Amino acid sequence: MSSKARVTIQADDFDLGAEVAALRAGDAGVGAVATFVGTVRDRNDGLGVSSMELEHYPGMTEKAIEAMIDEALFRFDIRGVRVIHRIGLLHPGDQIVLVAVTSAHRGHAFEACEFLMDYLKTQAPFWKKEHTPEGARWVDARVADDDAMKRWGLASGNAAR
Amino acid sequence: MNTVRVRYFASIREALGAGEQVALPAGATVSRLRDALIERSPAHAAALARGKALRCALDQTLCDESAVVGEGAEVAFFPPVTGG
Repeated sequence: MSSKARVTIQADDFDLGAEVAALRAGDAGVGAVATFVGTVRDRNDGLGVSSMELEHYPGMTEKAIEAMIDEALFRFDIRGVRVIHRIGLLHPGDQIVLVAVTSAHRGHAFEACEFLMDYLKTQAPFWKKEHTPEGARWVDARVADDDAMKRWGLASGNAAR
Repeated sequence: MNTVRVRYFASIREALGAGEQVALPAGATVSRLRDALIERSPAHAAALARGKALRCALDQTLCDESAVVGEGAEVAFFPPVTGG
């Protein structure tokens, strides 16, 4: 790993191409780059979404994501990781989150990218509040996201009562 | 008594504010802290009610309510996380 930042929490948008270029820069051993970009949908749970506010827990968020990247580097044969998560006011179509992973071969990059997203969904302290025609509402956590953690051998009770 | 810094996020923050200081007996757990907070006001009792989905963190790491809260600790209460 280089000394470049692995985790950034920011209000501003990000440029996928520029982030991938920076992650690959100076590492000729990279043969695969897997990226995931999450975006704001215009509908959720049956209602139109006009905008969304993303809140987080400064300090803990960075700590949790750094820890999950360390775990991914331990589990998978990967070379570099970059995670960006936006906060503040977002609108349908906006980018929310980026996870990018480099490796020598594609298998580990794909797997690590999915692992990181499953982890982030259930362990990183972010909360979404949607604005809909019926008013604002906090988004509910999904049990399916906890189930996704099981395939990595990790228990998560985020959505549990 | 230990002084503990309590922080709230998302729907809990909307109900109770960003946080508060609490004096807690040495050796007390997060569960004991939650009980003490519930006693503070009807708003606390509603927001932190037992049976409600609530996650907690001790010094910025997710924890169980059995975690012991030390002097100067930061304890956060928040709903299930929904990022990504």
